Amino acid sequence: MKFTLHIWRQENARAKGHFETYPIDGISPDCSFLEMLDILNEHLINDRIAHPVCFDNDCREGICGMCGLYINGRPHGNDDGITTCQLHMRKFRDGDEIWIEPWRAKPFPVIRDLIVDRSAFDKIIQAGGYISTTTGGVPDANMIPIPKHAADMAMDAASCIGCGACVAACKNASAMLFVGAKISHLALLPQGRVEAADRVRKMVCKMDELGFGNCTNTYACEAECPKLIKRQNISRLNRQWIGALFGRDRRE
Amino acid sequence: MKLDSKIPSGPLAEKWTNYKASQKLVNPANKRKLDIIVVGTGLAGASAAASLGAMGFNVDIFCIQDSPRRAHSIAAQGGINAAKNYQNDGDSVERLFRDTIKGGDYRAREANVYRLAEVSGAIIDQCVAQGVPFARDYGGLLDNRSFGGAQVSRTFYAKGQTGQQLLLGAYGALSREIARGTVKLHTRSEMMDLVVVDGRARGIIVRNLVTGDLERYAAHAVVIATGGYGNVYYLSTNAMNSNGSAAWVCHRKGAAFANPCYVQIHPTCIPVHGDYQSKLTLMSESLRNDGRIWVPKKKEDAEAIRAGKLKPNDIAEENRDYYLERRYPAFGNLVPRDVASRAAKERCDAGYGVGTGYAVYLDFADAIQRLGKDVVEQKYGNLFQMYQKITDENPYETPMMIYPAIHYTMGGLWVDYELQTTIPGLFAAGEANFSDHGANRLGASALMQGLADGYFVLPYTMQNYLADQIYVGKISADAPEFDEAEKAVRERLNRLLKIGQVETLRAASPHSVDDFHKRLGKIMWEYCGMARNTESLTKAKQLVTELEDEFWKNVFIPGTANEMNPELEKACRLEDYFELARLIIDDAMHREESCGGHFRTEHQTEDGETLRDDEHFMYVAAWEYHGHGQPETMEKEPLVYEHIQIAKRNYK
Repeated sequence: MKFTLHIWRQENARAKGHFETYPIDGISPDCSFLEMLDILNEHLINDRIAHPVCFDNDCREGICGMCGLYINGRPHGNDDGITTCQLHMRKFRDGDEIWIEPWRAKPFPVIRDLIVDRSAFDKIIQAGGYISTTTGGVPDANMIPIPKHAADMAMDAASCIGCGACVAACKNASAMLFVGAKISHLALLPQGRVEAADRVRKMVCKMDELGFGNCTNTYACEAECPKLIKRQNISRLNRQWIGALFGRDRRE
Repeated sequence: MKLDSKIPSGPLAEKWTNYKASQKLVNPANKRKLDIIVVGTGLAGASAAASLGAMGFNVDIFCIQDSPRRAHSIAAQGGINAAKNYQNDGDSVERLFRDTIKGGDYRAREANVYRLAEVSGAIIDQCVAQGVPFARDYGGLLDNRSFGGAQVSRTFYAKGQTGQQLLLGAYGALSREIARGTVKLHTRSEMMDLVVVDGRARGIIVRNLVTGDLERYAAHAVVIATGGYGNVYYLSTNAMNSNGSAAWVCHRKGAAFANPCYVQIHPTCIPVHGDYQSKLTLMSESLRNDGRIWVPKKKEDAEAIRAGKLKPNDIAEENRDYYLERRYPAFGNLVPRDVASRAAKERCDAGYGVGTGYAVYLDFADAIQRLGKDVVEQKYGNLFQMYQKITDENPYETPMMIYPAIHYTMGGLWVDYELQTTIPGLFAAGEANFSDHGANRLGASALMQGLADGYFVLPYTMQNYLADQIYVGKISADAPEFDEAEKAVRERLNRLLKIGQVETLRAASPHSVDDFHKRLGKIMWEYCGMARNTESLTKAKQLVTELEDEFWKNVFIPGTANEMNPELEKACRLEDYFELARLIIDDAMHREESCGGHFRTEHQTEDGETLRDDEHFMYVAAWEYHGHGQPETMEKEPLVYEHIQIAKRNYK
């Protein structure tokens, strides 16, 4: 297959970026999108055309959350429920023009080319996205029975991979789906309820402080989430938040 | 080099209890004065840093990715073993211990494995307390599944994403410590060298992968938790950035490297489909619980399938060879990984392979009929979806195609009972060490070992080491040893970058790092992979040496050392892989027996099973480095089995 690639090139965080056009030919339809970029880089290196295109990637099986490209206007490209590394060239037509950009959001500054800095997500988790346990001194695992449907819902929320597609898809660069997923995962479990009120306050404040926008209910995040995290998690986040603001604090 | 495994005396079941009762401790006020470096944020690294931080030590943790949550532990699918006996099916610490020793083909250290089984239950308690959403039954209690190499159901799981959920649990614990200020996080940072002062590990040199700057960090102890070296083979189930370099620079600085030839080949991966392929995707071993593995019984059917003239569903039941069920009636499709992998290779080499000829079927038709599509979907839905996205085939309708691929390395830095390497103050945890799996690891045991080391072993054993370190005061990163190490790293980077400069390049057509890495991988897979012999290993050694010579003449690395430069990172790792590959070959050559994942064709039984030589090879081979291109020397740590009865590994 043959494609014309328009790729965002930006030398570093301070430099001005621009699109560069690269034709590419002889790509197998079974090739993954990132393998196609490998082939391009191989060509850029061997023929000394330019510095290879920098893009984040690691597990290449859709679970680490490292890869994330904005392809023809969609985070992770034109397929549902997958990450960029799981996108295959058979999803494109021969001769297509493909526009490849990094995530565009103020809290995710570009580091180089298609790589952005997502440490803001780590900071939100550090603000309270966990259950405070120290190693040892915990009860037997079967001491806390958890209804299967609650455990299953918690699991669905917990399957967020922290890739940032929700933020990239949102016109407000809101991180509500990411935060909502973590809040839900922990609030649905009895172990997580002890700190629930405190957690939601801290995580939401941190999210605002880092410059993520608010939710205006367009659900682009849900549509583009590679792990199909549901928007109900945002509702739960809002309920938890309101409860924490106006409800009785559990510590009292 | 002298190996002292420091196994505590006393009966096996009491060793760990006795150790903990008599080890040295550090009082809370002194913990604040002690610095620890942890390299790697996977299960072992994150759990160790979180636990040590919570105890009050000052911890610095490093990872090469943009976040600790990206570490490759996240990709583990199937589950984590623990001897909880929640299913009342006869499990116990003793049983898990025996299964692990047997699974490792009697090449693991008894005391370490027993401790692993002993702490396994506490791991599950810890993870549940952290909010890990393990699968549950309708009564709300934890569910279990069975896994290869065991006859009990002791595997805890969270859909097909167990590694992800366990890592997120450890990442949560780590994040809490970062917020509390006991742990400092350094992302996009690659360890380039270990600094040894007066014979003790005292710090590391790190390259900031964003700016290219070299940075120094000093500490009282260093933990290496950077995973395995499976990417020597290029195509593997490891992540693209997984590498052996942090462990390897420690080896160069004097840490012994044990059993490098023990490499695990996972039986259920999606087969290779093209030259441009960058990695192999694993299909969880849990699929073998319900899937049945087969190839056509008749060669002409296999040929017709390969030619596209027949479909798998055209082959009648009586013309299918369920070769695992045929050869191993007792364990059937649940034999350990090494056995299942070799059996697949045997069928394909004999001409019965499907797809490209290097694939076998994993069929769910029976399971769907027995359990219904919904149940199968609930159990394996995400794996089936993943398979379909990659191959464009629907596994609910047509059997999956699978083939073995490099997955895990049992070998690694040699450690004693305290997980300390031969360099005092340098510890190794998780896949980076060699300690618990012998010559073959059982499924769902890697997660168990990583978390056991990090949550429950290192927090004790490191205290024992650190107890007298309160007298040495803060370690300075201005010591001449740091100057030297940093200078050596700088020179190394410049040496690599220089090859590609036009005036030094010796070939008209330069090649990228990946090009060399792919060729190295092919050599290793072909001649030092699932089956090895003197002839193939001799050939491998020669080809690797030739390829390395060519690398130093023709590799082209664009850019400079003072910027984000992924090609330079890859070149450094590949430089280490060349040395590592030669050591794997030497180790495989010297071990004149077959055991676990190490299969020497000269040493097999009449029906093609591994043939151990306990008389001559019941030891750990620990290798010592003597400089680039110099042959390494080997020390033996004899394996003494006081508790377990040595037997032939039999899964029939």
